[in-house]
Amino acid sequence: MTLTETPIRAGGAAPPAVSPARVALSEVTKTFGHGASSVVALDRISLAVQPGEFVCLVGASGCGKTTLLNLVAGLEQPSNGTVTVDGRAALMFQEAALFPWLTVSRNVELALRLRGVKRAERRTRAAELLDLVQLSDFGDRQPHELSGGMRQRVALARALAQEADVLLMDEPFGALDAMTRDIMHDELERIWKQTGSTILFVTHNVREAARLADRVILLTSRPGRVAETFPVDIARPRRIEDADVTALSAAVTARLREEVARHGRH
Amino acid sequence: MAVTDLSGTSPDPAVTESRAAAEMVAELAGLDALETFPEPRPPLWLRAWSATWPKLMALAIAVLLWQCVVWSGWRPEFVLPGPATVFETLRELVGNPTLWDALGTTLLRGAWGFLLSVIIGVGIGLLVAGFPVVRTAVGSLITGLQTMPSIAWFPLAILLFKLSEAAILFVVVLGAAPSVANGLIHGIDHVPPVWKRAGRVLGARGLNAYWFVILPAAGPSFVAGLKQGWAFAWRSLMAGELIVVIANKQSIGGLLQTNRDLLDSAGLLAIMIVILVVGIIIDSLLFGTIERRLRRRWGLMAT
Repeated sequence: MTLTETPIRAGGAAPPAVSPARVALSEVTKTFGHGASSVVALDRISLAVQPGEFVCLVGASGCGKTTLLNLVAGLEQPSNGTVTVDGRAALMFQEAALFPWLTVSRNVELALRLRGVKRAERRTRAAELLDLVQLSDFGDRQPHELSGGMRQRVALARALAQEADVLLMDEPFGALDAMTRDIMHDELERIWKQTGSTILFVTHNVREAARLADRVILLTSRPGRVAETFPVDIARPRRIEDADVTALSAAVTARLREEVARHGRH
Repeated sequence: MAVTDLSGTSPDPAVTESRAAAEMVAELAGLDALETFPEPRPPLWLRAWSATWPKLMALAIAVLLWQCVVWSGWRPEFVLPGPATVFETLRELVGNPTLWDALGTTLLRGAWGFLLSVIIGVGIGLLVAGFPVVRTAVGSLITGLQTMPSIAWFPLAILLFKLSEAAILFVVVLGAAPSVANGLIHGIDHVPPVWKRAGRVLGARGLNAYWFVILPAAGPSFVAGLKQGWAFAWRSLMAGELIVVIANKQSIGGLLQTNRDLLDSAGLLAIMIVILVVGIIIDSLLFGTIERRLRRRWGLMAT
């Protein structure tokens, strides 16, 4: 991840072919279980995320969003097809999943330590990252002393500490109140711009997707397939209450409803 | 609508953006301040006092009940002496080097036995938690051993090791190691999956996963196991010292036996008080403090 890299704002319709995709899934199928009781979580999914791109995956329950992220993170292997990641991936969950036995700063340092960063450097780097998520004053606190939103920012700092090429986010703001979430969107957008990272963001909140993404990919449920891709040509900085964001999320929601209704007919 | 407007056709986007950023920082700081209020901790003397007075009160009630039983004349005074007599004997005992000598021997045995139990318990615990085969083989045996009264081991221990320190140590370890192992196993089994996932994502695999995630996550349960292990060690030790009396070596259990042989009830009760006090001190001051620190650090305190 280079800080000077200019993020490429690619519309989804025709991503520029200047650079190879950061993340590429080609005909990926993931099945759980064997024989008659097996469940197809993902069915022949193909998608590509360009370097510096912010892609949101939306879908109803059972669309295999989390499975997809696990595949990209290397936590699971596809049953079929190939997943290629140009570089390393960091993953952030809905829960902050901070370690309660470590202070906030140590939580961030652990990510650095596991990458083999020297102690003195870990300190300064962790301080920088906490500064980036506006938590410089809270380094010595224990995670339980922080609010949910603050913990999620620590988790973001920890994910950034991995200096991964791709940041995978699994409904990271799903458990936050609306106001905190709005601020987190601003935060994430700012950090994304500043670091030029590639983000693959999973959410079931369509508005959130329209607010954040360069491209929204709608997945079908059981099995998960790509239903439609929506390029987001809305100028940044955006606000969640912007008319364009509302219009786009209405369009995505309409399509999502169709998908969900399809399941009721069986 | 342009995706990005780097040319700056809109009215000075840089200024708007930096103002928005400043607003956001202020908002964020406000939210953070609202959501994190420092928990006020009362001063040390107040905490010490509020922890002590209920204990003193309970003690006073117990002593009063004891005195009432004595007054009732249920047993003659030389069999069941009153608190005043016993405390007088205890005062004399505390001034007597024999007690400290005996206490030293006993505590040293306890420390060695406990240390050995921790080493063995941790070893077994790690094996059971790490290898399903080992778990199937000896998992339930560990709990079985825990329920086995330590006194039942002494005949065998004496046959194996004669009347020696080794016999006592053997039984102490058998009493305490299963608790230590169980605490660790329980802790490792109950590590929240999301922490393991987080660890894996951060690159902690194999031994690193154990060292940086699983073992620290098992901490509270392990400490609970240590605490219980100490209780078992102390009980086994007292039983051992009553049975395995080694010549020319004073121990707390030995003193208890001597007092019984001399029909000195007051001495007996005084020694029992010493045993109780030592047990409480180690349990609450040592393990209790570790446990409380851990709980506070993790945010598990009820307050």
